[in-house]
Amino acid sequence: MLELKNVQTFYGNIQALKGISLQIAEGEIVTLIGANGAGKTTTLMSVCGIVPPRAGEIYFEGQPIHHMPANKIVSLGICQVPEGRRIFPYLTVLENLDMGAFLRNDKAEIKRDLDYVFSLFPILAERRNQAGGTLSGGEQQMLAISRALMARPRLLLLDEPSLGLAPLVVKQIFEIIRKVNSENKTTIFLVEQNANLALKVAHRGYVMENGKITMTDTAANLMANEEVRKAYLGI
Amino acid sequence: MFNVKELKKSILVSLWFMFLTFPIMVIKVNTIYKTIEWRWSRMAWVGVGSFFLSFVWRALLRKKEMGMKQAEEGQEQKVPLTQKLIHDKRFSRPALVIICAFALIYPLVFSLYQVNIMTTALIYVVVGLGLNIVVGLAGLLDLGYVAFYAVGAYSYALLNHHFGIGFWTALPIGAAMAALFGIVLGFPVLRLRGDYLAIVTLGFGEIIRLVLENWNEFSFGPSGIANIPRPGFFGIQMNLHQVHTYIYYLMIGMTVFTIFVVRRLQDSRIGRAWMALREDEVACQAMGIDKTKTKLSAFALGATWAGMGGVVFAAKTTFINPASFTIWESIIILCIVVLGGMGSIVGVICGALILILLPEYLRAFSEYRMLMFGAVLIFMMVFRPGGIISDVRKVYQFKGLNETTKDQ
Repeated sequence: MLELKNVQTFYGNIQALKGISLQIAEGEIVTLIGANGAGKTTTLMSVCGIVPPRAGEIYFEGQPIHHMPANKIVSLGICQVPEGRRIFPYLTVLENLDMGAFLRNDKAEIKRDLDYVFSLFPILAERRNQAGGTLSGGEQQMLAISRALMARPRLLLLDEPSLGLAPLVVKQIFEIIRKVNSENKTTIFLVEQNANLALKVAHRGYVMENGKITMTDTAANLMANEEVRKAYLGI
Repeated sequence: MFNVKELKKSILVSLWFMFLTFPIMVIKVNTIYKTIEWRWSRMAWVGVGSFFLSFVWRALLRKKEMGMKQAEEGQEQKVPLTQKLIHDKRFSRPALVIICAFALIYPLVFSLYQVNIMTTALIYVVVGLGLNIVVGLAGLLDLGYVAFYAVGAYSYALLNHHFGIGFWTALPIGAAMAALFGIVLGFPVLRLRGDYLAIVTLGFGEIIRLVLENWNEFSFGPSGIANIPRPGFFGIQMNLHQVHTYIYYLMIGMTVFTIFVVRRLQDSRIGRAWMALREDEVACQAMGIDKTKTKLSAFALGATWAGMGGVVFAAKTTFINPASFTIWESIIILCIVVLGGMGSIVGVICGALILILLPEYLRAFSEYRMLMFGAVLIFMMVFRPGGIISDVRKVYQFKGLNETTKDQ
């Protein structure tokens, strides 16, 4: 579904991605784990077109997207939940969700999706007229995921959904991630620092170090791998 | 309230003010007789005045904090009185009728001078509403906004001078020219935000003014362009009084049109995109909003109103020169938006009327104008940071999970 071929991305003169290649098949949950500054977020930004790659190719369902502007990529069905949630703090929950459906015109379907995300996160329905900035961290993350789901993406990019959240909330959010994947057949690309959790949810995983992919395997095998266990699982 | 700590604070404030104002309030040097006059009584007045004002100041601050605390404790956000009045139909409908009636009979009741300054104020309302799109909705701080005003005014003046084009033809041309310049400014500043954007727009405003001032062959330099015809009305000859009344009604019409368009824009998809862009650019892109198009449309649509205002300004005064388009004008327009309430249409209208009309009526105090202006701004920012009438956006109701909603 998504394929990256030797992608190289720079911030000014600094090379953040030194040739990344990876593949994601339809219906999968694939996770990308790695330490701080490994280039995980940059990989997502490159896929989205917010920080376009300088070299290499990205294909979405066979179509090259590495030269497309960010808004075109979203319209193809790739939606990102950015790191640190980045909800619109002065818009209400409902307006935030509405922004997610910005590119859609089918009112009835938008309404259905709204009901769907409210059924996933009932707390958001309760707070729908509250400004986004007044929500707690966990609720904001739920809102950020819901907002992305409102775009009805076929590929959902999640950037550190566990960042700064209480363990119980993290558990709840990961359950929803699994649910979204199995119910809607939404392909999910999950970037996480919490490798333990990510590998439990995902089908396959990639390990990243200093802008390069160093390892790839099924999630179960990575969990069992001695190096990964030492470096990322702290066991 | 009258405890020792408060007293000590106020005494310190009054001492500080006495010290600060000492050179200008107390010492008076007579350079002819070479004498120095010490006016100690003034120092006493400053001391006493600042002593009591500091009490009032702190009492007001306390009151504001209490209000904020109450709003936090209460489940429902407290709606300010002005908002309540605006949204209460029983009040707003008759008020609107009265304002409309007043606006319509205004030239019949008041003198030519009054009509004239009201027309000027209305031009600023239109221009302020235009800047409100850029600053209030899209959150792009524009300090060179007067440049678009100048583009509009000069479009009409030059087109008329060289080709004899009339007011009504020049109005859309001026608007389009300003929009074009808005896009020209927009392209290089697409990546800038906040302070950097402000600096670049400031520079842009100055460039336009300096070009107009120095390019004699093109714009006739500092001497300006005179004898710009006033707007015509099916070729009917009008005397001075009639012409000014006519321009007044024209401005009323244009203001209503502007309010209508800005309101529609605010509630539209693009208005929503502007607000989202103001809050978070990365999230906006992740939602599929075209950043370039959205920003450029804000600059272009904002500039359009300044261009139209400029055309009317040129037609009204019949003479323009670069001195009318200094940075000071930009600041005034920005103050109208900030003081009135960013993003709020009623606020911007109030801001324009207050900032343009008050100095006219308070001509007697014109020497203290800047002093009062500064003081008002400081007071506003401390006690009403959202502006006179702050913006409260429409709240969409969503009833239950499975019921149909109308607003959504």
